[in-house]
Amino acid sequence: MPFKKLKNWLLPPDLKAKIDNAPKPLGSLDYDRWGYHRNSAYKAAAGVRFLYDHYFKVQAFGRENVPTQGRVLIIANHSGYLPMDGALLGYSLLSNPYAPRVPRAMIERLFTNIPYVGNFFSQIGAVTGQTQNCIDMLKQEEAVIVFPEGVRGTGKGFVKRYQLQRFGNGFMDIAIDTNTPIIPVGIVGCEEALPMFGNAEGLAKKFGLPYFPITVPFPIPTRVTLNFGEPLYFSGPIHSEDDLEAKVNVVKAKIRQLIADAQHKHGVK
Amino acid sequence: MIDTSTLPCLLITGAAGALAQQVIARLRDKYRLVVCDSRREVSMPEDIPSYRVDFNKRRFEDLFKEYHFDGIIHLGRIGSNENSREGRYNANVIGSQRLLDLARKYKVKQTLILSTYFVYGAHPLNPAYLTESAPLKAAGITMDLVDSVELENLSTIYLWKYPELNITILRPCNIVGPGVNNTLGQLLMQERTPVLMGYSPMMQFIHLEDMASAIVVAFEQNHAGIYNIAPDDCVPYQVALSLCGCKKLPIPSVPENMPLLLAKLTGRELLPPHLLDYFKHSATIDGSLFSQTFDFKPRYSLKDIFAHYKHLKS
Repeated sequence: MPFKKLKNWLLPPDLKAKIDNAPKPLGSLDYDRWGYHRNSAYKAAAGVRFLYDHYFKVQAFGRENVPTQGRVLIIANHSGYLPMDGALLGYSLLSNPYAPRVPRAMIERLFTNIPYVGNFFSQIGAVTGQTQNCIDMLKQEEAVIVFPEGVRGTGKGFVKRYQLQRFGNGFMDIAIDTNTPIIPVGIVGCEEALPMFGNAEGLAKKFGLPYFPITVPFPIPTRVTLNFGEPLYFSGPIHSEDDLEAKVNVVKAKIRQLIADAQHKHGVK
Repeated sequence: MIDTSTLPCLLITGAAGALAQQVIARLRDKYRLVVCDSRREVSMPEDIPSYRVDFNKRRFEDLFKEYHFDGIIHLGRIGSNENSREGRYNANVIGSQRLLDLARKYKVKQTLILSTYFVYGAHPLNPAYLTESAPLKAAGITMDLVDSVELENLSTIYLWKYPELNITILRPCNIVGPGVNNTLGQLLMQERTPVLMGYSPMMQFIHLEDMASAIVVAFEQNHAGIYNIAPDDCVPYQVALSLCGCKKLPIPSVPENMPLLLAKLTGRELLPPHLLDYFKHSATIDGSLFSQTFDFKPRYSLKDIFAHYKHLKS
């Protein structure tokens, strides 16, 4: 009985139900093609819930903009030397009172190759940032989180906080090809929670990493704000790379504006 | 007794394998069968002529002259766990080319070739649904799979160049089940099975009997082309081992050469060196084209398959 109570405290039944009710094409052993596993999702949700509610005291605005079902790309700014923003964004979508979704996230390719880390990410729904994977997931009507800045965002350092780095264009191609709406999201707070003051380049090279952060020993419990924008719809044909980039810049400008709004809300709170 | 003299005549290669035995059992009432194997002479019922023959020798052509084959089911690909690299190349590439040339020369109407999903290569950037048009990266990963990729390339050339051969190429996922002696079959049978620490790639398995049915249906319906064969159900390697009742033997996966070093030190082949990547990264294939084209659905679930291996251990 105490064990059940503890279990319910760690993962409240309504949260568990949201994971159970998510329409995922799971196989006979509860795994999907990319390695997502329902039991692992429970554990991850329980862990991130603590960080979300108590450690970072996340506040989320505009979650009513996320479609209740069907394919959608969640495009956000990337910050902090670890993908904590991805975890918080994912939990925010899961706990969305308007339309809970169990999202997928496209992750850096280097994670897939790291023992244990790659497996862990796969089991909780993260997938290697590979175009075909994203298309296949959208075809299965998933909500997919993409950080188009990639490591340029997480490795930019604290001095460049909230300066959006170059966006990869791939997500726009995918959105148009698969007729998928884009929900832009501005994230504020992760820059301060996981500040990177410098890059130990020698160590990074030695371990084959894009950067090796010089930072505080643990994440700083700053308040994090997630600001979801209204859906953006794009259509083709795309005539050139410049044409594609112009569309990407529309999303980038929107995210910049959402960050500014979030900073305002963050500050006045 | 059925009079088989009027039935179409089929050559089935690789007759010694468990899969070929299943295919033979399914086809023997509908066709006049001739079977051969380059490894050994296979004992067959009286009405099925059986030969031990090297595809590169004249005796092989004699079979074409004698039996006037209507179709060939080429299951005689030497697996990556058998023979030397050179031996496999001679049998799988040179031998198969001879088989295809003879098929042309003697106007065989239909040829089915069994390949493997290994040709796609295991790579961290593989999409979860590898379709038939995905590049065959295996040769770039290990020289030990060059023969499999070349067999594929060769078959594909013949498929487009000589449409009258009606070539069907099948790329199945891991075939497992009673009597299967391939790499995965051997691993699932072990009491203590090696795993690379920190890696558990998604894998697909098809039961031997389902695979035999797939070959038969592909041959009978005859839609030339290239097809993946796999159920739409995956499981991580280490979970599969647990369900098969295997205890895990963890092998450190870093640095990269550690598994090979440990194998040398212990004098035991822990995991096949040329397939190490398949125990790190997924190579899961999309079998939907085959399922739709041939209206095929496997009968055995993953649980059924693993129950067999668990039962063996109890």
